[in-house]
Amino acid sequence: MHDTAESSNEGFDASQYPLVVRDLTVAYQRKPVLWEVDYTAPQGSLIAIVGPNGAGKSTLLKAILDLIPRLSGEVLIFGKPYRKQRARVGYVPQRESVDWDFPVSALDVVAMGLYRQIGWCRPVTRRYRAQALEALRHVGLAELAQRQISQLSGGQQQRVFLARALVQNADLYLMDEPFASVDAATEQAIVDVLRELRSRGKTALVVHHDLGSVTDYFDQVVLLNMRVVAAGPTSEVFTPENIRATYGGKLALLDEVGESMRLGRG
Amino acid sequence: MIGTMPARALRLPIDRTGGRISKKKTVGPARCHTADARFRRQTQCTDRTKPRLRVRTFGRLGIGTVLALAWLMPAVRTSAVAAESGATRASARTVATVAAGEPLAGGQAEREATSMAAPEASAQNGTADTSASARAKLVRVLMLRDYNTRVVLLGTLCLGVTAGVVGTFTLLRKRALVGDVVSHAALPGIAAAFLAMEWLAPGSGKSLPALLAGALAAGLLAMALVIGLHRLAPIKDDAALAIVLSVFFGCGVALFTVVQTLPTGNQAGLQGFIFGKTASMVAADVMLIMQVALVVLVVCGLLFKELAVLCFDEGFAAAQGWPTTGLDVVLMTLVAVVTVIGLQSVGLLLVVALLIIPPAAARFWADRLGAMTLVAALLGGASTVGGATLSAVFPRLAAGAVIVLTATCFFLISLFASPRRGLVRRAVQRARLAAEIDRQHLLRALYECVESERTAASGTAADKAPEARVSVEQLLAKRTWKTRHLMRLLRRAERRGLLVFENARHVRLTETGWQAARRVARNHRLWELYLIQHAAMATARVDRYADLIEHVLEPEILAELEKQLATHYPDLQRVPPSPHALDMANANDPLADNRAKSDTGQRPRNT
Repeated sequence: MHDTAESSNEGFDASQYPLVVRDLTVAYQRKPVLWEVDYTAPQGSLIAIVGPNGAGKSTLLKAILDLIPRLSGEVLIFGKPYRKQRARVGYVPQRESVDWDFPVSALDVVAMGLYRQIGWCRPVTRRYRAQALEALRHVGLAELAQRQISQLSGGQQQRVFLARALVQNADLYLMDEPFASVDAATEQAIVDVLRELRSRGKTALVVHHDLGSVTDYFDQVVLLNMRVVAAGPTSEVFTPENIRATYGGKLALLDEVGESMRLGRG
Repeated sequence: MIGTMPARALRLPIDRTGGRISKKKTVGPARCHTADARFRRQTQCTDRTKPRLRVRTFGRLGIGTVLALAWLMPAVRTSAVAAESGATRASARTVATVAAGEPLAGGQAEREATSMAAPEASAQNGTADTSASARAKLVRVLMLRDYNTRVVLLGTLCLGVTAGVVGTFTLLRKRALVGDVVSHAALPGIAAAFLAMEWLAPGSGKSLPALLAGALAAGLLAMALVIGLHRLAPIKDDAALAIVLSVFFGCGVALFTVVQTLPTGNQAGLQGFIFGKTASMVAADVMLIMQVALVVLVVCGLLFKELAVLCFDEGFAAAQGWPTTGLDVVLMTLVAVVTVIGLQSVGLLLVVALLIIPPAAARFWADRLGAMTLVAALLGGASTVGGATLSAVFPRLAAGAVIVLTATCFFLISLFASPRRGLVRRAVQRARLAAEIDRQHLLRALYECVESERTAASGTAADKAPEARVSVEQLLAKRTWKTRHLMRLLRRAERRGLLVFENARHVRLTETGWQAARRVARNHRLWELYLIQHAAMATARVDRYADLIEHVLEPEILAELEKQLATHYPDLQRVPPSPHALDMANANDPLADNRAKSDTGQRPRNT
């Protein structure tokens, strides 16, 4: 439906869409990771980003969030660059990205989602703590709010991260493998939260590993392997041929080009 | 040398005279007579303003510290005014100290100077100083009788508290080594600032603010170079740190040789900045240190939550739009500033220890950032004040080293004795778990012995408390445990009332013991069943895996296990029969039994 941006140049209004990615190319140390990615996310849907290891799934999220420099391309969140729309985007990083021995409680971590709202140099007041606690209740962890985060199980830690994004009350959520190595209860809790977000018209872009559950959980899918292999409604796009094209045959030529670029100039 | 003169020291009325004059002279500090009391009072202050150690109240903590420092400030000012002659004398002493040259002689000179600083003592200089015993000296220091002691302790206290607070963030940001680079870079900064000042206005080289500004600038430059090298050149982080550190330190040493060639250079006392020389502090220095510390603490208090999110999750902080690089620069600037105020007391080589050791120790006692910051500040303050006190009593010990060693003592105490994370606690826990596992193994072996006898006798599984006794030989065949170990386990179990010895080689389970043994055997078999059914595991191997897991079965997991198995085994309230052959069944081949059991029994016992 909304496969690519250029399909509707006339009268295309980017502000109608939570996310528009145009011609995005990203390279780490001159080795390209994403090539000319084009994607437009429809509002109010749960979107899975699926692809093999090294396909650039996390990189795509980070590029959208301006965390890594882009070589070219443009990212629009509701029609504007990310730096103007930060409040409307919630980010759930990979669980492994932080040190869970850090001396904070679950509630403290969730409150971090409100820090921008609180603003520079102001303390986290009771009102914000109540808000954070509400978000924790949402993911079923209210009674563990005061626990130091290393005392939580992996799934609970993941839910704390989810709560930290939820508390922002954003319109677009970017989640980096929230389902990676979590227990069944957490998986169900995350799915419930995602569906509830959808019912409120929010959009979630989720890097997902488990091909088996894509059709159950997501209504849109982006098959990614350095470039977008296919994107659209799960029922149309998530076909064996497309999956094979994504996972099978690594793009040998593209790899080679990237390698020669790296060696030639590096 | 000191020890030979206590008798004479006691005869002399040092304490009495000192006490009287000191009371008259100092209005402010008279309210708190010991370093300890002052320290306690400051912590009480912060505690009152901050009843709960939470992140959100840290703002108040910062304000509390500020108030405490503000309260201490006039104290110094009063004494500074009251004893202005003392200050002049103190600077004269500094020159004298430095002029004395070698460290050993320097220590002697300091000792003399310390007593000179108190006017009443100088009157009796000839006899009093040379005969002062260590005890008398300790009393003098603890009672803060000497003006100089008060100055030094206040200065080092500011340093310790500030270093603890800034160090907490440095440690959590995993930038301990960057702190080291920044502090080492102070050396060329100081030398360059000295040379610049001498060039601009000869004779003004040893202006402390200028030297400190030089140190700060060099520290920031070093940090910028580290980041630049890492970003622009294909050089790894640690290599970039090492390169910048050694290059800056090398430059510093080279510049120092230039400083030494200047006529004023030798007397400048810059050497004291490398290892620290608390005795060279004067009231004006302490005022500067206090003001700087105040600014640092205020900045930390204001940016508490920003630094927290940066340290915890840099990516998230950046996505939220916090200027992570800017915050990093602020943090490293704070490190550089702490280095600068630590130059006089611990010196630039050791200041990183004060930044890292107290926070690392604090982590053992606190698992909230606010609490950790507070504890680190307390430990930092205690280390510097304690170290400075010790080095005032024993002037031959370099102050910086004593302060760092004091901090290390706190760290070691925390490392071993912390009730939550300490090594002792961990060792005790491990030993308890090992004993628990041993006991469970014993109980299960006993149960299996009884069970197989019953089954052989009546053909029904054992459910009731047994009258049957079990011989030690039977148990020995169950596992590869040594006889001595087994006997020890049996005696331990007897003490717990789980079994009784019928005679030297036979035991009988008590009712309690029997119930416990049933429970243990049941857990084990439930796991085995679960593994066979749900993990499709070979029957022969489940014993071993169940053995690994059964000891950590929590009640919730057990309940879940029962639920899952209920459909297949309705009679779960009883102990299910073992799904695999028990050892007694093939006990006629002891070698095979030992082989099979060696990997089942030994491993979990050690876990």
